[in-house]
This record gives sequence, structure tokens and C-alpha cells, in this order.
Amino acid sequence: MTFLGMPAGGGNLTGTPFPKAARGALGDAQLRRNLAKATTTIRTKRAGVVGELPDWAELRAAGAAIKDEVLANLDEHLVRFEEALTSRGTHVHWARDADEANRIITDLVKATGTREVIKVKSMATVEIGLNEALADAGVHAVETDLAELIVQLGNDKSSHILVPAIHRNRTEIRDVFRREMPGVDPDLTDDPRALAEAARRHLRQKFMTVDVAISGANFGVAETGALVVVESEGNGRMCLTLPRTLISVVGIEKLVPSWRDLEVFLQLLPRSSTGERMNPYTSVWTGPTEGQTSHVVLVDNGRTATLADPDGRAALRCIRCSACLNSCPVYERTGGHAYGSTYPGPIGAVLSPQLTGVDRNPTLPFASSLCGVCYDVCPVAIDIPSMLVHLRSRVTESKRTTPESTAMRALSWVMSDARRWGRLIRLGKFGRLASRHVPLPGWSAARDLPLPPKQTFRDWWETR
Amino acid sequence: MSARDEVLARVRRAKGPEGPVSVPREYRAAGTRGAGDLDLFAERLRDYRARVRVVDADQVATTIAAALLERGVRRVVAAPGTPAGWSNLPDQPDRVEVVRGAVTVDTLERTDAVVTACHVAIAETGTIVLDHDAADQGPRALTLVPDYHLVVVRAEQVVAGVPDAVAALAGVRTQTWISGPSATSDIELERVEGVHGPRTLEVVIARSTRFPTTSHPVGGSDQNHGIR
Repeated sequence: MTFLGMPAGGGNLTGTPFPKAARGALGDAQLRRNLAKATTTIRTKRAGVVGELPDWAELRAAGAAIKDEVLANLDEHLVRFEEALTSRGTHVHWARDADEANRIITDLVKATGTREVIKVKSMATVEIGLNEALADAGVHAVETDLAELIVQLGNDKSSHILVPAIHRNRTEIRDVFRREMPGVDPDLTDDPRALAEAARRHLRQKFMTVDVAISGANFGVAETGALVVVESEGNGRMCLTLPRTLISVVGIEKLVPSWRDLEVFLQLLPRSSTGERMNPYTSVWTGPTEGQTSHVVLVDNGRTATLADPDGRAALRCIRCSACLNSCPVYERTGGHAYGSTYPGPIGAVLSPQLTGVDRNPTLPFASSLCGVCYDVCPVAIDIPSMLVHLRSRVTESKRTTPESTAMRALSWVMSDARRWGRLIRLGKFGRLASRHVPLPGWSAARDLPLPPKQTFRDWWETR
Repeated sequence: MSARDEVLARVRRAKGPEGPVSVPREYRAAGTRGAGDLDLFAERLRDYRARVRVVDADQVATTIAAALLERGVRRVVAAPGTPAGWSNLPDQPDRVEVVRGAVTVDTLERTDAVVTACHVAIAETGTIVLDHDAADQGPRALTLVPDYHLVVVRAEQVVAGVPDAVAALAGVRTQTWISGPSATSDIELERVEGVHGPRTLEVVIARSTRFPTTSHPVGGSDQNHGIR
């Protein structure tokens, strides 16, 4: 069930229930060491560069409000964006869900006659399962972001929004490269420089020869039709620049109303994600550029279902910085795979269940201690803890009768009437006996059952 | 119903009844912080491990020549709209080929260095922004494929913060924001410079107003900047 019966999203958004998946991850000491090291590094860097800006709080407030404006009038912004794009010659396509998006993109790729495409790192394409869909159509998608390449070569899955291979350390990465990268130096060391150089050599030929690229977009400017890709390695620039055909897959919530709004997000995003004052490269293009053919695929896939819930829609403000993952005590211990979705961590725990409907992701809203650090570090002030609590209640409501819900309903009936309640608590005396002799499996394994008093407060009050 | 109409209809059903959201812009806005601090700009660039040379405007041409010869380049491409002096290398025993016209990607792949101007630069973040429709900055591949990018930043192009640059870039269709050489943090979140983009970024900051071309407004270049 999604909110107000809005159609749910499909694709790579569900997996093994969190508690079960987390149990496996928690037993992996190497994984926990890798994650602790990486998240500690990035948290320190982020705190440093965020602290440098005296107006961080004001930027954060503006960022949240700009995104709220996008969501409040999303239809108008989408129509404006489409007009700006088409007036310049970009072909705009709309996709209701993952399957439709994959069909559109696969057809566009097949029409070019190519059997290989190069890809800029894009969460949206991972979400919809594009690589798998292209493979089914006989097209090989080459990931060009270093971390995505590590994941792809290792037949692995992404575990982080920004650094999909965060769960791998340098030695594991070297082993993947030695095993899977064609023509790699068999004596490749695990020095990150050497590994980056190996990736450079491996991908150079692809950049120079492959004629179709697929990108996502960090932002789309409704006013001008400009698209923005924020990156570090230059693989994004290569993909956006050299191929003749560029297909950009954009979630409908990725818009900002006007060019000026980027002055906020180009400060919030790099400092929150890689902890840099600015990421090495940001590409902006407006319409087909330098003779390219340009397509934009606008994807819903459960975003309108998320938008329909007034207490959950703020999750669509997310700019995919990953600060909440890097700060989360749960994520740091379980890693991203345990969440079973393209979007792990605190934001994944609120976004994934809303995109799919809570019935298909009922454990994620509980994958949190509600400590609140995710809210503190979020550059667009998404109140993830409150949203988690809200989604927990939606999960409970969506479930049919359980012993717990029956008990709660009965209790509610008793507690709504003073006489009924008075009678019940007097029965508590018998509970003194029961609590010693009736085990509550599971519940009492880690807790002591409180011992009811001999006399209730009400009885005592009446005897005064 | 087409996918377009259906998605838009869903949005209209899903969105709240509230009207426009007012955006508080209490942060440091464009034009409120004066000119960019050149020392800060140079420091930020060095932080990214870019090479920085700060020279007087009339020293730009000789500085470029010195930098290119120091590096031992064999073929250098200069964006066609750059001043001729920027690609006038003094006579050398080993011939250095200088290309100024349109070049193919194959040629760029066999080119050691590229020289361009920029549109605007940001002191606080150590960022240089190129306008790829401007002749002195060239198409995107020019500053992407060669392994060494030398960019000249005129002092008056350096603004204080990101909002100042965004204001100077309104209407510029194709941009690349460059903050240091290409880098990755994908292995254990440790920064490594030099992946697919130019592995060396050399920035020549030209001080003073005696720049040998006509004067430009901040962020301006020699082209009309309406949206094209």
C-alpha cells in the first residue's frame, strides 16, 4: 500500500529484511573496520569545512525552503523544465516507473546501434536497475566512476550513495582489479594512486571510442533547462563531452526553480558529501552541446507516492550527499548492504519504504536508534527521526491484526473508561505472581518485567 | 493517458494545497563581500595541489612560456581566443608545436598541454569556472583530454564566494567548474589527485590592471552572454 493509493516504485529498492541482513554484516569484522575507518575520515573532513562557513545555518534553511518550493509546485516546475529543454532541442521522455524508464532508455540506445555505453555515476540508474535491463537487451554498460567500477568488476553491490565501494579496503580493491580488469599489471600494488592509475588506463579507451553515454543529474534548473553533474574524477566530464549521444536520467524531484538557487546547493553539497570546499569538477550544460544529441528521461518511480504523504514528502528534498550515512551509528556498524535498497542509511530508511510502499519495506523504518545525528548533519534539514517514527506507525497500520495490535486495541478500550481501568489495574496484584512465573519469550530476554506494586495508586488515594 | 500526463496528474493529486514557499536568503549573498582575496584564492588552490604562480599582468606571456618549457611539452594547444602572446614560445632547440585552431579529440589525446583563460574564479573555494562558448576558453574537450591545463586568471575575475560566481555565470550555457586537478576519494575516502581529467592544473594569477587586452567587467569575457 502506498500513500493515498499512489502507484509504487519498482527496481532495486528492496532486499532481505534489515534485522536478518544486519546480523550477517555485524559478524564481518573486516567490513566493520573498513566502514569505521572511512566514515571517521569523512566525518572529520565534513565537520571542518562546514565549520568554516559562518552562514551554514542560513544556507541550510534556504536549501530546505528551495526544495520545499520545488515540491509544493512540482507540476509547474516540471512543465517549465520540459519547455526549456525542448526549446533547445533536447528530447524529453517521461517514465511512470522503473520498467518504463528502462524501456525508454534501452530503445534509445538500441536505435543508435551501439552495443556498449559508458555511464556517469547515477543513483537513479541503479535504482531502476538500468544496467541489468541493458544487459538483457545485449548492451554492456561500463561504469566509469572508480567506486562504481570496483563494484561492477567485483560483481558486488553498492553500499553507499557517494562511495559505492566504501565496504572494500585497498587490498580488496587491488584483488578485484588483478582478477577482473583486462590487461592489468599483475604486480599492481594496493597504493590508492596505483589503483586510480589502473582505472585511468582501463577506461581511457572507452572514453575515446564509445558513442553513447548515460548520466544522471544532481540538479536540473527549471528556469533554463540547465543540467548539473557534480563529480571528482573527470569521468563525468569525459562521458558528458565525448560521446555523440547523451541520455540523462533525472528523478522528477531533482529540480531547482532558478539558476540562482545553485548558489545554495553548490555550497551545501560538496561540503556535506566529500567534505571538500568544492568538488574538483562540476559540469553545467543547457540543451544539446557541441553537436550532441541529448535526451532527458524524467522518472517518477514512487516519487509521487512519497510526495502524497505530508509527513514524509520532505525526504524528496534529499540531494544525495550521504552525510547522514557517514554519521549514522547504525550504518557505521551494518554497512549499506543490510538496507537492501539502492538508498541505504538513514535517508534510505525513510526514502525506500516511501518509494516502494511501506508494505514492501516494513523493516527499514525500524533500522535506527532515533539518535538524531542524521537530522543535524542533513544540509537540507530533513527531519529523518520524526519521519522514521511516522513511517513506523504507517507500517503498523498497514499490517493486519497481530497479537500486539489486538492487545493494544483491547488496552485502548479499557483505558478509555475510568471504571474499566480501575478494575484492570487492581488485577495487577495478581501480576506479581505472574511476572515471576510467566516468561515472555523474546521480550524478557533482554529486559526485566517490572514487578507490579501490592497496592495501586488509586487504592492508596482512596484510603487517605 | 501518456506517461507525461499521468505523472503530472499524480503530482497534482499528491502535492499539498499550499502556495509558493518563501525562501529565506539570509546567507552571504552575491555582491556583499567585496572582491575576492587573491592570497586566499592561491592558498585554496594549493590545498587542492594545483600549481600556482602569481605574476604581474605584463609577465603572463613569459610565465606561460617558462611553465610550458619547464614541463618539457612537445605539443601545446591554446584556446583560439587567447591573446597571441600566450602561445608565443621563445625559440628553442627542440621544436614545440603550438596549435591554436580547432582540434580533434585524437589530436588532443596526443597533446601535452592546453592553455586557456577563464570566466570567473572563486577565492573561498579555489574554484575556476570556464565558459565553453567563449573563444578564449574553448570547447569542453580542450581542457579535458590533455594531461596538463594551464589557466590564466585575471585578478579582477576573482570573486569572494559561490553566490558571486553564480551571479556572474547567469546565462552562460556550458560551464565547467574546476577546483584543482581531477581527484578521487573512492578508496577508503582518502583523496588521490589525478584520475581522468588533467592530472596537473597550473594557475597563473595575473595581478594589476595593466592587462594587455581591453578591460572586462568581472566575470565577463569577449562575448555576449545572453543565453545562446
